[in-house]
Amino acid sequence: MNINEKLINHIAHLARLEPNLEEKEALRKNLAQILDYIGKLKSIDTDKIEPLIHSIEMNNVLREDKTKPGITREQALSNAPEKEAGFFRVPKIIE
Amino acid sequence: MELYKHTALEIRDMVLDKKVSSTDVVKDTFKRIDSVEPKIKAYLTLCKETALAQAGKIDEKIRKGEKIGQLAGIPIAIKDNISTQGIKTTCASKILSNFTPPYDAYVIKRIKEEDGIIIGKTNLDEFAMGSSCENSAFGPTHNPHDLSRVPGGSSGGSAAAIASDMAFISLGSDTGGSIRQPAALCGVVGLKPTYGAVSRYGLVAFASSLDQIGPITKDVRDAALMMNVIAGYDPQDSTSVKEFNSSKVEWFKRLEDGVKGLKIGIPKEYFAEGIDKDISKSVYQSIGLLEKLGAKTIDISLPHTEYGIATYYIIAPSEASSNLARYDGVHYGYRTTDYTDLMSMYHKSRSEGFGPEVKRRIMLGTFALSSGYYDAYYLRALKVRRLIKNDFDEAFKKADVILSPTSPIPAFKMGEKLDDPLQMYLCDVMTVSANLAGIPGISIPSGFTKSKLPVGLQILGKPFEEETILRVARTFERETDYHKTKPVI
Repeated sequence: MNINEKLINHIAHLARLEPNLEEKEALRKNLAQILDYIGKLKSIDTDKIEPLIHSIEMNNVLREDKTKPGITREQALSNAPEKEAGFFRVPKIIE
Repeated sequence: MELYKHTALEIRDMVLDKKVSSTDVVKDTFKRIDSVEPKIKAYLTLCKETALAQAGKIDEKIRKGEKIGQLAGIPIAIKDNISTQGIKTTCASKILSNFTPPYDAYVIKRIKEEDGIIIGKTNLDEFAMGSSCENSAFGPTHNPHDLSRVPGGSSGGSAAAIASDMAFISLGSDTGGSIRQPAALCGVVGLKPTYGAVSRYGLVAFASSLDQIGPITKDVRDAALMMNVIAGYDPQDSTSVKEFNSSKVEWFKRLEDGVKGLKIGIPKEYFAEGIDKDISKSVYQSIGLLEKLGAKTIDISLPHTEYGIATYYIIAPSEASSNLARYDGVHYGYRTTDYTDLMSMYHKSRSEGFGPEVKRRIMLGTFALSSGYYDAYYLRALKVRRLIKNDFDEAFKKADVILSPTSPIPAFKMGEKLDDPLQMYLCDVMTVSANLAGIPGISIPSGFTKSKLPVGLQILGKPFEEETILRVARTFERETDYHKTKPVI
């Protein structure tokens, strides 16, 4: 499959990644090679096959609407790169 | 004292019989670590002080005659993608290099309840993505049987720690073979349980529909012991299977019952070209031995085997691209210092924090899920996944278990496949299908190649029939010495 720089830029933006020129070239080459290999799936007739998302039967799991002990605010913030007054701090979003 | 040479069950019973103290076992294990770890590099974090403190408490309990758990005094190593409260959990990634979880994974809670002793966190391919343990941000682990070779991956540290007697039991995680393949390459036992048998609560998510935690051990009995502790229903994992009430599974009861009359399926697709000659010869010998012990072999076919890798390398990266979206430099993990606004902070934090293989898989998965490509890639892979599962359903109508090599090749040289991701992916050809179908599988030491590298035999079973594959494995182990052949380090 032909992977061009425009597609790499588009996918990288969706993935919130910012590859440099060298990385882009490596990604282009690797992804093309991997997708060529993956292309073998096209030889299978899958028209009437139902997709399988989980190997086991999945049921919706419900619980009672009761609070349970969880981690504290302090614990939740303990790994934050930046915090202030009990909140996670991020760069300004609204001008 | 060389206590480290014993199995976990032997050590547990010696501690319970007061032949040795738990403190002595921990001290001896760390002495062993001091002597061989500089060559192997299996660990990312060691917790000597907390381990000794825990050992002291266990000795006290035993002295007072209090009730004691089934892992009493056993030093245990944990793959560093399983959350341990107060102990760094890095996933071998720069992006989590300073992350200390505020809670324990379900399996860690169970180990503590049963008086096991956590001695350290083991190396892995970053976020469990890899088959050689070379994709670690903190450097590779070496194979104890040949230091110039890889231990396999992604649970390479966990397998190398057991093979070099630096722990008695370790935990790994298996998304496409990450327990079984390193177990095979290091000459130890590795079990991937049925999807839903062991809670994933606290396992850092890679591909949620495939991930399972399982034990890596010195022999099959120790694997049964660990399953007895970690398997079972946990409401904190919505995919934990309620019907599989592990307390009803008697892990040791049928372990010694042998294989008389058992039907072993030999899938012709797993013995096709591309397999190392020494490995196929050794696996055929193993099959012969099990026949001699009373098992019947039948030829079976898993016709979609050749599509396993392609299917897996769409589904796993797709799920990973979604799961790894959480690393955005806001709540925890690495944040870049070089940004102008929120969007550039996301982009730069992720680009600087993730290693090349993780970025490659995020890109691949994002592509497969993106508008215009979803149907042709992701949806098609899900459909082939059903065909792969159907193959196993059909095969298990005829066979009780399925036998194959675990890996088509023995441990390879470090660096050999690092520049060719597709060649690395093909290492998983014998293991990924079990994850796609959700069935259990075990790899046991079953021989050596001419250059003295371990060979692994894979035994796959029906869903929730871990008991059966453990029994086959144990029957083989009773008759052989491969699991006792230790590397010279």
